[in-house]
Amino acid sequence: MLLRHTSKEVKVREGLTINPAKTCQPIGAMYAALGIHGCLPHSHGSQGCCSYHRSTLTRHYKEPVMAATSSFTEGASVFGGQANLLAAIDTIFAVYDPDIIAVHSTCLSETIGDDLQQITKKASDDGKIPEGKYVIYASTPSFVGSHVTGYSNMVAGIATQFAESTGVKKSQYNIIAGWMEPSDMREIKRLAKVMGINIVLFPDTSDVLDAPQTGKHVFYPKGGTTVEELKSSGDSLASLALGSISAEPAAIALEKKCKVPFETLDIPIGLTATDRFIMGISKVAGVTVPDEITADRGRLVDVMCDMEQYLHGKRVALFGDPDQILPLTEFLLDLGMKPVHIVSGTPGQKFEKQMRQLLDERSPETNFKSGLQADMFLLHQWMKNEPVDLLIGNTYGKYMARDEDIPFIRFGFPILDRIGHSYFPNIGYSGSLRLLEKILNAIMDRQDRDALEEKFELVM
Amino acid sequence: MEANRIIPDPAQVREELIQKYPAKVAKKRAKSIVINDPEIIPEVQANVRTVPGIITQRGCSYAGCKGVVLGPTRDIVNIVHGPIGCSFYAWLTRRNQTKPESLMDENYIPYCFSTDMQEENIVFGGEKKLKIAIQEAYDLFHPKSIAIFSTCPVGLIGDDVHAAAREMKEKFGDCNVFGFSCEGYRGVSQSAGHHIANNGVFKHMVGRDNTPSEGKFKLNLLGEYNIGGDAFEIERIFEKVGITLVASFSGNSTVRAIENSHTADLNVILCHRSINYMGDMMETKYGIPWMKVNFVGAESTAKSLRKIGEYFGDEKLKARIEAVIAEEAPKVKAVIEEILPRTKGKTAMLFVGGSRAHHYQDLFAELGMTTVAAGYEFAHRDDYEGREVLPKIKVDADSKNIEELKVVADPELYNPRKTEAELEALKEKGLEINGYEGMMKQMTKKSLVVDDLSHYESEKLIEIYKPDIFCAGIKEKYVVQKMGIPLKQLHSYDYGGPYTGFEGAVNFYKDIDRMVNNPVWKLIKAPWETAGNGKGGELAASYVTQ
Ligand code: SF4
Ligand code: SF4
Repeated sequence: MLLRHTSKEVKVREGLTINPAKTCQPIGAMYAALGIHGCLPHSHGSQGCCSYHRSTLTRHYKEPVMAATSSFTEGASVFGGQANLLAAIDTIFAVYDPDIIAVHSTCLSETIGDDLQQITKKASDDGKIPEGKYVIYASTPSFVGSHVTGYSNMVAGIATQFAESTGVKKSQYNIIAGWMEPSDMREIKRLAKVMGINIVLFPDTSDVLDAPQTGKHVFYPKGGTTVEELKSSGDSLASLALGSISAEPAAIALEKKCKVPFETLDIPIGLTATDRFIMGISKVAGVTVPDEITADRGRLVDVMCDMEQYLHGKRVALFGDPDQILPLTEFLLDLGMKPVHIVSGTPGQKFEKQMRQLLDERSPETNFKSGLQADMFLLHQWMKNEPVDLLIGNTYGKYMARDEDIPFIRFGFPILDRIGHSYFPNIGYSGSLRLLEKILNAIMDRQDRDALEEKFELVM
Repeated sequence: MEANRIIPDPAQVREELIQKYPAKVAKKRAKSIVINDPEIIPEVQANVRTVPGIITQRGCSYAGCKGVVLGPTRDIVNIVHGPIGCSFYAWLTRRNQTKPESLMDENYIPYCFSTDMQEENIVFGGEKKLKIAIQEAYDLFHPKSIAIFSTCPVGLIGDDVHAAAREMKEKFGDCNVFGFSCEGYRGVSQSAGHHIANNGVFKHMVGRDNTPSEGKFKLNLLGEYNIGGDAFEIERIFEKVGITLVASFSGNSTVRAIENSHTADLNVILCHRSINYMGDMMETKYGIPWMKVNFVGAESTAKSLRKIGEYFGDEKLKARIEAVIAEEAPKVKAVIEEILPRTKGKTAMLFVGGSRAHHYQDLFAELGMTTVAAGYEFAHRDDYEGREVLPKIKVDADSKNIEELKVVADPELYNPRKTEAELEALKEKGLEINGYEGMMKQMTKKSLVVDDLSHYESEKLIEIYKPDIFCAGIKEKYVVQKMGIPLKQLHSYDYGGPYTGFEGAVNFYKDIDRMVNNPVWKLIKAPWETAGNGKGGELAASYVTQ
C-alpha cells in the first residue's frame, strides 16, 4: 500500500492540506504566456519557483519550456525586486530577444509588495524596452486561488495590455481559451473553420508545446497568438470565453476596455457542453451549423447509444480543475454514469454554485468539495467509504487507483507519466469520443481482467 | 567507431559563449568559464548569484533542503509551511525510492503536506495555522518526527517555525518536531538548502539514539539519495562484503537509523556538495572520520570498496571485498566488451548537480567516451578544484547568511575512531581522509569547465562541439533533444537506474548505447527534405526489405 496512512475516518482539517488537488498561480501564468507568439514568460521571484514551474510543465508536455527568473537573493527580498527585474529585462532582450516578456509575480514578490505595473513602466521610461517589443505583467500571488487563477490572471493581463479598439469592427470573434491542452486549442480552431467564422484564439499553445522534431531547437516556436491578432481582439464583434474561472475575466476585461460583448460558455467537454459551444458560435455569428459537425455529433451519440450497458450506473470519483470537471461531470451524467465523489482544490463561488446546481438536479447524493482542504486525501477517504468503479484525475491519482485497485483515467493537469493529452483533444464531439473510448477501455479491460474463465467474453 | 574529432579551441569557445551578453554579464560569466589544466588547476567562479534574466538550471534553497536532503527519509512527516506550490512541485518528483520493511512501517514519501497559506495568513501571520497543521498531522498519523520547511514568504512575514516546532514537540512528548529556515531566497541555489538541512539533521536527529549498533565494519553512507534505486544496489554490495550500513543520508533511510548514525565508525561521502558539512560535524563531535567515495562506475566501485577495506584494515574484509569484485566483474566485463565498439571515441557533456557531473565521467570513461565539457549547477569551488582551496574561498554576503554550527567534541560520545598515527598511516597508503580532490584533476587538459551553465551557453556549446550525448536535467532534456542530440537526465535518470555499483554500471552502459546509437536520430529529416522536395522523378518500387 503506497498510501497506507490514509484512514477511512474523515476528520475535519483546518490547517493541513494533504495531497493537494491544485497548485500555485505562477505555473498557470507561465503556461498562458507560452500561448503568445514570441513570448518569454518571466517569473519575478527567487529562482526556485521558476525552476519548479518549468520542470512541471516540461514533464507534462515533454517539450522545451523556456522561462526566465529575477533570481532573488536575500537582498532583493529585503529591499524589493525592482533592480532584479530591470536587470533581467536588459539581459533577456540582449540574450534571448523575445518580442514580449510576460512577467508574473510569485509569493515572494507579492509579499514584499513589488508593483509590477510600476516596475514595467519604469523599464519603459528608462528605455529598456526596444522599439516594437513589449513587457506585460500579471499579478499572481499563490496565496490566492490556484494555478487556474494564475492562468486566468495572465490571460486577462494579455487582453487588457494588448487589445486596442480602432473604432472599426473586424469581422472576427474572439475565443478565449480556458485552461486546455494545445490539442484542444487546435481543435477549437478547426471547429471554428468548419463553422466558417474567423477567430482570434488566445492563448494558443498549439505549435508551441507540441512542436515537431526538426533537429533544430526553435526558441520561439511557430505557434502562439500573435501581437497583431491580440491587438485586433479589441475590434472583434464578440468574445466567447470558455470557462468561467479561467477565461471569463479576460472577456470582462475586453468588454471594459474595448466594449467587445461576450458570452461565457463551458469548455466543450462532452456532448451537451459541445452542443452549447456550437450553438453559441451559431448564435453569436449567425452561421448555420454545417452537416460535417452534425455528423461528428452523431458519431458520438451513436457510441453512447451502443455502449450504454457498460457505462450505466458506473460509479466515478474525479478531481481536477473547475472549468474542466464541470462539463466532465455533466458528460458522465449524460453517459448514465454516477459521479460519486468530486474534489477540486481551486476555490470559486460561481463554480460551487454551478456544480451544486448540476448535482442537485441530477445527482444530489454526490460528495463534492472545492477550495481549502478539498484535496486528494479527502477524496481517497471518501473512496474508501463509498467505493467507485473508476477514478478520473491527474497523474497523482495513480497512487489511489493502485491502492484501491480501480481503473484510472488520466485527465487534467499535470499528466507526468503518459503522453497523448497534448496531441489528441478531449474537447468537441470527436475529442469527447476519444474520452469516451478511454472510459470504455478502462471499464472493459477491467471486466476482462476480472471475468471468471467461464464468463470471459469474446464479443463485447 | 567515430573518426577522431577535432576538439574546438576552448579559448575561442569561451569568447563565443559570452559574446552576446551585456558587458557586465559577460564579465561575470567569463569567470565561471575556464579551460581546464589538470596540472595547474585554474580558479573557477562558483556559488555566486545567477544574473537575473538568465535562464538557469538552478533551483532554490528549499529544493535543496526539503527536496534533496530530507525528502528521501520515509518516516518523517514533512510539512511545507507556505503557499501550496512549493510543496506540490516537490511531491514525488525526485524518485527517491524507499522500501519499508513491512506494511506496518511508516512511509510518508507518497504524501504531500502543506499549510497552503492564504492571504490572511500572509497578512496576519501563519504560525497559528502551522500549529494547527502540526497538530492535525500528529493526530492523524502519530509519526515519530515532523519536520517543517519554510518557503519564501514565511521568512518575510516573520513566522517563527522553530518556536512553533519546539512548542509542539514539548506538547506531544513522543514526537520530534523541528523546523528549517530554508526560504528559497537564501543563498544562491539549492546549495544553501543542503547546508541548512545538514545543520538541522545534525542538531535535531543525529545522536538521539545511543543504542550500540551491531556489526564489525560499520559505516554511514552520506549523500546518496536512492534515486532510481542507487542505494539498493550499494546496500546489496555492502551486505555481500559484510559491511554494516548504520544509516544512509538519506536514501531509503529511517529516522531511527539517522538518530543512531553516530555509532558508526566511518562516514563515506558520495555527493560531497550536499552533505560534506555532516561529515565534518560528525568528525568533530563524535570522532568519526569521513572519506570520499564514488559508487558510480564499476571501476570506481571497486576502488571505493578497497578504500573502505583499507580503512578498516581487516584482512578478512579485504579478502571478501576482492572476492566480491572478482565475482561481479565478469558480468560487467561481458557487457562493456560488447558495447564498447559502439561507444568508443564518442563525446559527452555533463552539466548537472553538485557531484554527478564529476562521478558520471567515470562511467563515460568506461564506455570509452570523452567528456569535453562539464560543470555543476550549484557546486562550490572545492567541488571543482578540490578541498585544498577551502581556505582561499571568500565567504560572500549570500553565504554569510547561512548558519555555521559551532560544533565541539561531545564530552561523552567523542571517540576518535582512528588515532593520529593511524590516520597518517592511512594517508601514506593513499587514503584521503576528510578530503576531496574535485572534478578538474580528473578532466583532460583543454576541456571546458563551466559553472551554472545558462541555457544560451548550452545551445552554443552543442552547436560548437556537437557532442554525442548531453547530460543535464528535465528542463534541458527536450531542448537538447530537439537539436537532435540525446539528453541523459542525471537527476532522474530518465526514470531508469540504478546506476551505482556493478549492476548500475551495466544499466548505464546499456542505456547510453541505446541512446547514442538509437535509429531515431537518423529519422528526423523527412525523405523529401533530403531528396529535394517537389523535384519530381521516376516512380520506383521500394520496399521495407530493400
Ligand atoms: S507557491 Fe509561491 S513560492 Fe511556492 S512555488 Fe508557487 S509561487 Fe513559488
Ligand atoms: S517560493 Fe521560494 S521556496 Fe518556494 S519554490 Fe519558490 S524559491 Fe523555492
